[in-house]
Amino acid sequence: MVTAPDNDISDIKVDNIGDFTFPERNKFDSGFGITSKTVDYISDVKDDPDWVREFRHKALKIFQDKPMPTHWATKDLENIHFDEFRYYLSDGQKPKRSWDDVPEDIKKTFDRLGIPEQERKFLSGVEAQYDSEAAYSNIKAAVAEQGVIFVNSSEGLKEHPEIFKKWFGKVIPTGDNKFSALNSAVFSGGSFIYVPPGVKVKHPLQAYFRINSEQFGQFERTLIICDEGSEVMYMEGCTAPKFETATLHSAVVELVALKGAKIQYVTVQNWSSNVFNLVTKRGIAMEDAEVRWIDCNIGSRLTMKYPGVIMKGKRARGEVISIALANSGQHQDTGAKMVHAADDTTSNVISKSISIGQGRSTYRGLVHIPKHLKGCKNNTECDALLINSNSHTDTYPAISVRGNQHSTQHEASVSQVSADQIFYLMQRGLSEAEAMSLSVNGFINDLVKEFPMEYSVELKRLIDLEMEDSVG
Amino acid sequence: MPTAPSDTLTGLLAISPTALTVAPNWFTTRSNAAWTEFQTLPLPGLKDENWRYSNAKKIELADHAPAKAPTAEQSKAALSATEGLKERAARFVFVNDTLIESDTSSIPAGVVCVSFAEALNTHADVLQQHFMKADQALGSGKFAALHLAHVKAGTVIIVPKNVVIEKPVEIFHWVVGDHAAIFPHTLVVTGDNSQVSVVDHYRSLVGEGGLSLAIADLVGGSGSKITYAACQELADDAQALHLSSITAGRDASVKSFQVQLGASFSRSESVSDLVGQGARSDMLSVSLPIGDQIVDQRTLQRHKAPHATSDLLYKNALYGQSRSIFSGLIIVDEGAHYTDAYQTCRNLLNSNEAEATSLPGLEINADQVKCSHGATSGPISDEELFYLKARGISDSESRKLIIEGFLAGVVERFGNSELLDSLVARINEKLERAV
Repeated sequence: MVTAPDNDISDIKVDNIGDFTFPERNKFDSGFGITSKTVDYISDVKDDPDWVREFRHKALKIFQDKPMPTHWATKDLENIHFDEFRYYLSDGQKPKRSWDDVPEDIKKTFDRLGIPEQERKFLSGVEAQYDSEAAYSNIKAAVAEQGVIFVNSSEGLKEHPEIFKKWFGKVIPTGDNKFSALNSAVFSGGSFIYVPPGVKVKHPLQAYFRINSEQFGQFERTLIICDEGSEVMYMEGCTAPKFETATLHSAVVELVALKGAKIQYVTVQNWSSNVFNLVTKRGIAMEDAEVRWIDCNIGSRLTMKYPGVIMKGKRARGEVISIALANSGQHQDTGAKMVHAADDTTSNVISKSISIGQGRSTYRGLVHIPKHLKGCKNNTECDALLINSNSHTDTYPAISVRGNQHSTQHEASVSQVSADQIFYLMQRGLSEAEAMSLSVNGFINDLVKEFPMEYSVELKRLIDLEMEDSVG
Repeated sequence: MPTAPSDTLTGLLAISPTALTVAPNWFTTRSNAAWTEFQTLPLPGLKDENWRYSNAKKIELADHAPAKAPTAEQSKAALSATEGLKERAARFVFVNDTLIESDTSSIPAGVVCVSFAEALNTHADVLQQHFMKADQALGSGKFAALHLAHVKAGTVIIVPKNVVIEKPVEIFHWVVGDHAAIFPHTLVVTGDNSQVSVVDHYRSLVGEGGLSLAIADLVGGSGSKITYAACQELADDAQALHLSSITAGRDASVKSFQVQLGASFSRSESVSDLVGQGARSDMLSVSLPIGDQIVDQRTLQRHKAPHATSDLLYKNALYGQSRSIFSGLIIVDEGAHYTDAYQTCRNLLNSNEAEATSLPGLEINADQVKCSHGATSGPISDEELFYLKARGISDSESRKLIIEGFLAGVVERFGNSELLDSLVARINEKLERAV
C-alpha cells in the first residue's frame, strides 16, 4: 500500500496547457495485475455486499477466459499488458457535499479545463471524480427535491439496492465482451442516477472523470434509470494529464429508459494519447422512450466504443451522434449498435470523423432488424474527412434486415478539405492553419450544435488546438 | 506428396484428383501442391470475418465427387439445351468438365481462344505468368486450392495488342449427375489497347444438384477493355462458388458482372486490383433469391495506383425465406491519390421472411480520394406502386414491373442487348416462380 504524504499546491508541475500532474495521495492501492486476490481486495476496501463480490469473481473468470477480439479489431490491443496496471486506487476520501470541502488541487484542475466558477455554479450537479472515487458531489437542492437520486455507483448499490440490482448488468451482461467483463470484475466509481416518473431534470447532470495516477486504469460503472415519462441529460467529460506509460480505461455505462422516458448521454473524451479507452455503452429504450448518445472522441491512443440502443418497446427511438478526431498516433475506432426489437422503432446514426497526420479513424456499425417486426427504420450516415496525405479512415458497417416492412439506408463518404476552399480563406488573410481549422469546424458544425453550449465551445477550442500543428 | 486421405473423409475431401494426361511439369507440381494445401487448410470458421453471416459448411464438399465424363446422350442433351447468343465470336460447351463443342470460327487471327487443357500445352508461358496468381483475399483459399487440384476444363483467351473482338465469347459449363462437382476455369489476358467480351454460363442439365467451384481471372493490359459476365443458373439444390480476380493495368477498363439466379447456396468473391493509373473497374451484380436460397457476395476494390476509378453496383431482390449477404470493401492504398471509388448495394425485400445483410466497408489510406458507399434495404416504395396502380395496373403486375426494372437497370450497364434480353427473360421466368 502506497501512502504518499499530503502535498501543497506548490508541488503541482505545470509544463504547458493540458500537461500537468498533481501529487498522488493514495490511501488504497491494490498493487499491479489482476487476480482473484485483487478482486477480493477491492471488495474489502469498498465493503461490497456479498452479491457484488460474487458478481466480481464471476466476471473475473469470464474476463480471463475470453480471448482478445483481434480477429476483427486492431492488433494494437495486444500491446495491453494487463499485469502492468493497478486496478484500484482511491484517495479514501468520502464524497464531498459542498463546494468548499473540495480539495483545492482538484478545483485547480477544473480551472485548467477551462470551466469558470460561474459556469460551474450554473451547471446544477457537478459530480467530480478524482481517481476512482467521487471526490466531490453536489446535487443541487432542486434536483434532490424532485426525488432524483444522483450518487456514485458504490453508494447506489448500497443505499438503493432495490432499484440498482434490478438493472445492474442487465443491459450489458458481464460476458458481452472481454472489457465489459474486466470492468465488472474491478469496477469502482461511476454514477448512479434514478429519475422518478414524470420528472424532467432541467439542468444537465455532469461528472468529470480524471485519471491522475501513472499506469492506473479507471473502471467506472454508470447506471442511469429514467422512470416512466421522465427526462435527463447526463454529461461526461474526460481529460487526463500526460503520462509516459499506457493507461487503461474501460468503463461500462448502462442506460434504462422506461416507457416514454428520454435519456441523453453526452461524452467529450480527451484522454492523453497513451490511454487505451475501451468502453461499452448501451441503452435500452422501452415503449415510446428515447435514448440518445452524443459522443465526441478527441483523445486517447486507441478508443473502441460503439454506443448502442436496444429498442425494446414499440415506437422507441435510438440515436447516436458521433464526432471522432484522430491525430498521429491515435486510432478512434467508434461507431454505433442499433438493435430493433419491437415494431415501429426508429434509429438514426450520424458519424463524422476527421483524420489528421497519421491518425486513423474507424466507423464500425451494426443495425439489426430481426424477423416478425414491422415498421422499423434506420438511417446511417458516416462522413470522413482526411486532412493529410497519410491520414487513414475505415468504415465497416453491418446492416441486417429481415422482412419487407422496414427500411434502412446507409451512406458513407470520404473527402478532403478542398484546396479551393483553403485558398479562398487564405485570400482573405487567414493563415493556412486557421483556414483548415475553420473548414474542419464547418464539417462538424451541424453535429457540434447537438452538444450543450459549454461543450460546443470547448470542442471548437480543442479542434483549433489539434489543427495548429497539422498543416505546413 | 499428397497425403493419404483418412478413412473418415468422403467426397471431395477424400478423392484424390485425377491429373490431366498431357500437362507440363510445373502445372502438375502446382496442382499436387494445391491438393496438399487443400487438405492442410482448415475450413473457414464462424469467426472468420470473410464468412461473417455466412457459413463455409454450406458448400458440402463431403457430399460431392468430381463429375464423371458425360455419356453421349448427356452431351447431346446439353448441346440442344445450349441456346446461346446469335451474335458471338466463339462458343465453348463443356459438360462435367469435358469439352463437347468448340466453335472459334469468328475469332480474329492472332487471338488465342482455346480450351484450358489445350492452352496448358500451347501457351504454357502465359499460363505460368497469370494462372491463379491472385491471392484469395476474401476467405476461400481452401476452395481455390481444391479448384487448382482438380482443374482441367475451361477457357483461355489471350488477345494480342490492338486487336478488338466486338462479339462476345460464350462459354457454357453444364453439370449433370447426382452430387457431381465441376471446376470451370476462365483466364482472359488482354494486350495493350485490345478489347474482348466473355460470358460464362454455369448450368445444371436436368433439375439435379451439383457443385460448381469456378475461378475466373481477368488481366487487362494497358488501355484494354474487358467485359465479363458470370451467369449462374444451376438447379435449385446445387451449390456454387465463383472466385474472380481482376487486374486492371494503366487506363484499362474492366467491367464484370455477376448474375446469381440458381443454387441453394451461391457465393461470389470478386476482387478488383487497380494497378495502373487511370484504370477503371465496374463491378455489377443482380440476384433474385427465392424460397430458401442464400446469395453470399464478397467484393474487394483495391486501389494500388493513383487516378483510378472503381464503381460497384449490386442489386438483390429477395423473396420467400431467402437471404442475401453483401460484404464489400474498398481499400485505397497509400499513394493511390486521386482515387474515385464507389460502392452501392440495394436490397428489395419482397416478403416478410427474407433477410438482407449488408457490410459495406471502406479503408482509405490516401489523400484526394473521392469515395462513397451506400447500402439500402427496404420494400418497394408505396409511391412507385401507387403510380403504376393509378394507371390501372394490378398490384402483382406492378410489383413485377418494378422488380424487373430494378434488376434490368444493372444488366443494361453490361451493354450487350442480346444478353440483356435473354437475361431479362430469365429474370422474368424466375419472378413468375417467386410470386
